[in-house]
Amino acid sequence: MPIYLYILKRVLIAIPTLLIVSMISFFIMRYDVTIGPLSLPMGGHSVQILKEYHFKNPIDPLAELRQNPQISKAAYEHEKARLGLDKPFYMQYWLWISHIFHFDFSELKTGRFWLVFQPDFGKSFSGEEVSRILMTRIPNTLILNLLTLLSCWLIAIPLGVYAALHWRSKADSFLTVFSAVGMAAPSFVIALLLAVIAVKIGWPPVGGITSDNFDHLTLLQKTGDLAAHLVLPVIVLTISGIAGLQRQMRGNLLDVLEAEYVRVARAKGLPENKVIYKHAVRTAINPLVTMFGYEFAGLLSGAALVEMVLRFPGLGFTALEAVRQTDTNLAMTVLVLGAVLLVAGNLLGDILLKLVDPRIELE
Amino acid sequence: MAIYPAEKGKGRKVWKAFTQDKIVFASLIFLIVMYLTILFAGTIAPYSENNSDRDLAYAPPTPVFIMENGHLTWPFVVTYHRRLDPITYGFGFYPDYSKDYPIRFFIKGQPYKVLGLIPGEVHLFGVDSPARLFLLGTDFNGRDNFSRLLYGGQVSLTIGFLGLLIAFPIGLIYGGISGYFGGRLDNGMMRLAEIIMSIPSFYLLISLAAILPSGLPSSQRFALVVMILALIGWAGLARIIRGMVLSLKELDFVEASRSLGAGPFNIILKHILPQTATYFIIAATLGVPNYLLAESSLSFLGLGIQPPDASWGNMLHEAQDLSNIMLRPWLLLGPGILIFLTILAFNVVGDKLRDTLDPKSQGRHA
Repeated sequence: MPIYLYILKRVLIAIPTLLIVSMISFFIMRYDVTIGPLSLPMGGHSVQILKEYHFKNPIDPLAELRQNPQISKAAYEHEKARLGLDKPFYMQYWLWISHIFHFDFSELKTGRFWLVFQPDFGKSFSGEEVSRILMTRIPNTLILNLLTLLSCWLIAIPLGVYAALHWRSKADSFLTVFSAVGMAAPSFVIALLLAVIAVKIGWPPVGGITSDNFDHLTLLQKTGDLAAHLVLPVIVLTISGIAGLQRQMRGNLLDVLEAEYVRVARAKGLPENKVIYKHAVRTAINPLVTMFGYEFAGLLSGAALVEMVLRFPGLGFTALEAVRQTDTNLAMTVLVLGAVLLVAGNLLGDILLKLVDPRIELE
Repeated sequence: MAIYPAEKGKGRKVWKAFTQDKIVFASLIFLIVMYLTILFAGTIAPYSENNSDRDLAYAPPTPVFIMENGHLTWPFVVTYHRRLDPITYGFGFYPDYSKDYPIRFFIKGQPYKVLGLIPGEVHLFGVDSPARLFLLGTDFNGRDNFSRLLYGGQVSLTIGFLGLLIAFPIGLIYGGISGYFGGRLDNGMMRLAEIIMSIPSFYLLISLAAILPSGLPSSQRFALVVMILALIGWAGLARIIRGMVLSLKELDFVEASRSLGAGPFNIILKHILPQTATYFIIAATLGVPNYLLAESSLSFLGLGIQPPDASWGNMLHEAQDLSNIMLRPWLLLGPGILIFLTILAFNVVGDKLRDTLDPKSQGRHA
């Protein structure tokens, strides 16, 4: 299958997936569920084993109006109808989803085709447009995750290769211990510890992505300021990330070094450097490339917690803010967009694998 | 996909592997000690879970003296009073050396119940009132961190097993049916599992935790948190089980029982799923840390186990404030180190278990 057809197919498969994810998000954030009461008859009288619980739609936009005696019943009903809350549940979902797919084809004439698709995710709790909030947050998360992936790979792959080539040496056992520690240490504890150290030393800055005086800086200073704010979260995520990657690279390379074709390459007198870097490492890296996409996806979850701890204004931080303040529209959108990023990451991983390993058949 | 054929002498093989490797053995002992400790938390902890002493909020770990007038004595502590420092305007703790309070073993103290059933009053160690023995300092409410660490362990160390107890049956049955019947049913069921997995798990986790009704009794909140964790974990399990079932169902003994007239559910339950038992043990050992981590992250953010109940995660909640960590490092260190060591121990034991039971898998070069 040609690669563009494959991408098209995967995108088409992703559409129903994301639709169902949007339904799940909507259901979680908007639907009222009542569980119980549950009683079981036991020896003549019934015994209550579960009390009644309401899993309420976390925010009731009409609560204030309902309690305000100055608001007439008619005005209340009018507001309810305006928000679409008088309609059945599935209609509310439809309203939400149809607003997301908002196209303005008049922009085509002006030539600004990027403005044709103007998704409307509704308004946040603060009255700000959800899409506007996310426009500032998603790039932050993407930068953070990409930089983390980059630094993880640049550090972990050479370390893994080194450990495999020096199997059972002191350096290898040190790296084994290091990766065991890195995998067991919770990222939020690492984040807290490094944040404390950063505060004590005075560098790098903790929290946010820009300094307060960002607007008054020159372009060069702005770049430096952004970079400085990224240092801490990237380091924290890299420490948690390299452990597993290093170990896997080491294991893969050790397996490959025992393979027949490596022995053949050596037997026919190829220099050791070529055997290792041209034959062995290239093969050993393949399984990691598949993981690249999945790792991006996993990182998204892992980064969320670190973002929350370090107050880095990315998607994860937004998610926490949204669910804490029961900001329904924002929370639903963040869930769906998280899934979009994850699906995209997986697709990217599969495409990369095809590029690296021509033997892979795309189905 | 690895298949684990049933073989004899597995238990002996595992035991030998565990006892030969010092680090693995130490990890195993650590885990056993931890579980015994939380089982008898009431006896070992000098104070009860919610024994709060507001006058002693944020008290640092109580120093234990072993020297008096230049020679060795039985370890003792002294009382401390919290006073406002007139110069710095900060609260400080000032020792009162007028009287020694020796550490006593099997001392009578606050009543507790082992396993929620057996009442007791005797604590392993402690000091006479009004002196206090805070091995790891106190928190904002003046509660003993060491005691809360033990009670919190009861939550944090069991949540993984309880979560797996829910997630595994779902994953086994779901994956079993999907893999065995194949075709369209398999396609549809795996689609659904993939959809669950395509939501970033931590986002889903905090959303679900956020809609839990407030004011739930602690036991039910605990149960719901476990269910949420399991709800997120089952899909990945189901996919792996399905893969194993796909290859298992082609084997001769399945064919044989099918030709003898056994029904599909009978075959799945009696012949196929038992073959996945080894995987089950390995995945359980390696899966518990994930649950522990998820619970502590959730509680750390204030969305999981709610105070006054202790869990290792929510004990770290106060450490979110950086100034708290700098001034009172004992808030972070106790729970942080225990979470770290427990995950490390589970990983070490799980890896060894996998290497021993399934030598074809990765990690054989350890």
